[in-house]
Amino acid sequence: MNTEEEPKVIVQPVNKERIRKLLKVAVILGVVTFFEFVIAFTMDSGPLRTAIFILMTIIKAAYIVGEFMHLKYEVKMLMWTILIPMLFVIWLLIALIYEGGSMLNVQ
Amino acid sequence: MASTTAVVNNSENLWEGGKSPFKVSYGKLMMWFFLVSDAFTFSGLLITYGLIRYSHHAFSGDTDNFIFSYDYWPIPEKVFNGFPLLHGVNAPLIFVGLMTFILILSSVTMVLAVEAGQRMDRKNVEKWMIWTIIGGTAFLGCQAWEWSHFIVGTGVPTMAKSFVNGQWVEFAVYGASLSINQYGPPDFAALFFFITGFHGFHVFSGVLLNFLIFYNATTGVYDRRGHYEMVEKVGLYWHFVDLVWVFVFTFFYLV
Repeated sequence: MNTEEEPKVIVQPVNKERIRKLLKVAVILGVVTFFEFVIAFTMDSGPLRTAIFILMTIIKAAYIVGEFMHLKYEVKMLMWTILIPMLFVIWLLIALIYEGGSMLNVQ
Repeated sequence: MASTTAVVNNSENLWEGGKSPFKVSYGKLMMWFFLVSDAFTFSGLLITYGLIRYSHHAFSGDTDNFIFSYDYWPIPEKVFNGFPLLHGVNAPLIFVGLMTFILILSSVTMVLAVEAGQRMDRKNVEKWMIWTIIGGTAFLGCQAWEWSHFIVGTGVPTMAKSFVNGQWVEFAVYGASLSINQYGPPDFAALFFFITGFHGFHVFSGVLLNFLIFYNATTGVYDRRGHYEMVEKVGLYWHFVDLVWVFVFTFFYLV
């Protein structure tokens, strides 16, 4: 293995814009998380607070999947292939939370 | 000459072969499909949490008067209020906030490793991968402390009733396991262990994979291959692990 020559690899220079954009997304994630904590300690628990938490989580998820996992820049059909099955998950979540509530009422 | 309207996929050429669906490589597409299936698995667990949680009574009344009981679901910030090395200090949700911060930070270092790989910058790939591995390991250490603190309990027992041999028997509950729980209904503890345990298992396997890819990078495998796409693929897995934690954190600790 040492008799082979290591291939000449040309390292391209850093694209400052790209790094800055990635770090901006990271800051956004941090800020949203910070506000989640603020809401957790200042707002009374209930359906409105839960809905706000879920909305903030979806925003964070959109940034992670779209920017960090690069899905926003891929072929659009790939994005839909991944997102449309999630509709089933959302349906199941709503249906079963409702089921849980009705189980409680039956007791 | 044929009209110049934009036809993205000329059907004739598609069947000739040599084109990849969605214009991504096989490995990357398969990683995406695996992540969708894993997302379903985690969704199943979290939806189960939703179902079981809402089939229990919630605590009604002033949060200051909250005590643990088998009769109602606990308020998370009353359960998760410990911090390592600060015995007896009430720090609600601070430690889990730190864990979230560590994991998101490791995701950022991962994305920087991927970016360096796209420029064939081996030194920086190594640097950022090391930081990602350190972040993942730190998260696992934190989770281990959280588990042990949860299992051991606060030292103050909760009284619970159980129907044994035809009559109600009262017994004291210390700490938590898969069958008993000091903080509330046993389901809460069981779901905590299952969901965070399954997630922790993914973090662990992610750290192992990251280390393997880091090792490959240091020995020049990807330089010889001509591309650092493997770093991107484990990057997808690592971001998925972070994403799941964001959801687990919201549903378990906040809602």
